Amino acid sequence: MSIHLQREIEKIKKEILCLGAMVEDRFQQAIYAFKTGDQVLAQKIMDTDFEIDLREVEVEEECLKILALHQPVATDLRFLIAVIKINNDLERIADYACNIAKRFIISSHDAILFKYDYAPMANQAGKMLRKSLDALVRMDVEMAYDVRDMDAVVNAMRNEAYEIMKKDIQRQPEKVAEIINMYLISRHLERIGDHTKNIAEEVICLIEGEIVRHR
Amino acid sequence: MPESPTPIKRRNQLVDRNIRDTVGQSSVPNPRMRCKNVSVYYNFGEKKAINNISLDIGQNEVIAMIGPSGCGKSTFIRCLNRMNDTIDGCRVEGQILLDETDIYDKKIDVVPLRAQVGMVFQKPNPFPKSIYDNIAYGPKIHGLVQNRQETDEVVEKSLKRAGLWNEVKDRLNQPGTGLSGGQQQRLCIARTIAVNPEVILMDEPCSALDPIATSIIEELIDELKQEYSIAIVTHSMQQASRVSQRTAYFHMGDLIEIGPTEQIFLNPLHELTNDYITGRFG
Repeated sequence: MSIHLQREIEKIKKEILCLGAMVEDRFQQAIYAFKTGDQVLAQKIMDTDFEIDLREVEVEEECLKILALHQPVATDLRFLIAVIKINNDLERIADYACNIAKRFIISSHDAILFKYDYAPMANQAGKMLRKSLDALVRMDVEMAYDVRDMDAVVNAMRNEAYEIMKKDIQRQPEKVAEIINMYLISRHLERIGDHTKNIAEEVICLIEGEIVRHR
Repeated sequence: MPESPTPIKRRNQLVDRNIRDTVGQSSVPNPRMRCKNVSVYYNFGEKKAINNISLDIGQNEVIAMIGPSGCGKSTFIRCLNRMNDTIDGCRVEGQILLDETDIYDKKIDVVPLRAQVGMVFQKPNPFPKSIYDNIAYGPKIHGLVQNRQETDEVVEKSLKRAGLWNEVKDRLNQPGTGLSGGQQQRLCIARTIAVNPEVILMDEPCSALDPIATSIIEELIDELKQEYSIAIVTHSMQQASRVSQRTAYFHMGDLIEIGPTEQIFLNPLHELTNDYITGRFG
């Protein structure tokens, strides 16, 4: 029984890492589309989001099957619970990548659109995503703690963007819709940061056996 | 200003498999039984089956003993009512106290001791007598009943507590061996509780039973803990996790880990416990 269980766990590990790679790819594509103004790529990200959704459902079904058939305990149980939660976080990150693409497509091509430089924030969120997935692959708790600490930087960047765009709205009230749309990108990036932090916290819980959220 | 996360107290890693000291809290306040540095030798000292185990059995708790075959869990449980006395060449060292009385004291009579610390075995072993006599025998020899009416009361009460009364009340004079396996096991439990024990030892009580009979016994264990302390040896980890409040993991004669059952099954502290309960080690 235990060899079967280990085989299933190895399989699910591969599946969640594959989903992680797909989501990271979507995120990078969304940032690239935004940076280069590639509308076709942005549309493609939105059109193919269903692939992530399908994968997410598959991973969850697989986890439920293992829970029902093997009734795992201790590290195996914590691993499966972590996968179920990380799976959900990854799907949400892909949704935010879609949202970024969507903001970009629905915005008018006014010059104001590219006034705010999201590169540093996207870079920080991207680093967090990569690092949280690396922490999962390597079971590296220090790396996971790093991701947790990095979240504050993204939050600060979002606050900064908010202040800047508030002033922009005051200056150009007729552009309020576009500017809000632009601000929402910072909100999406910040939420992506939150989800990578969740992933990191799941990795910590998986390794250390203690829930560290909300501390 | 960036929000700074609160520093987290980090937990140590799993205790290395080569360390054999007991991990976890083996004592409880106000225990029913207290075992101090218990070692057991077989074959006149040739084989050490249990190595220096200290463990308390609390009041009104179910404590499960798990571990691979030959790890010493049954040997340990059998020390608790001196069942090992019957084995030639077996020697028990250390101290086992029942309510502060050393049960290995020379003055102790094992017959009343085994009433105080009753035992239920793997295979149901009713006496080849009627259902009624199976229960009545113990109270009679221990002088707990004076007349037929009192005996009737004890029989009914014990069978009711064991959840068997409704099934057998119309055939109390029929042989106990004619009952189903699960019923026989409940009859043995009824027989044990008829003599007012303080502690009930159960050595794999459900291993010969089907899932329905097992679940009835498990419910019964849960009810019985209101009145008694129960130590159960089981090979079924799911059973240990369902019925017990504390779990002790034994490995090659050592008590490796003891702790609240939910901790053992969710977040064990010792590498050997983790390996055993996740099936990485047989």
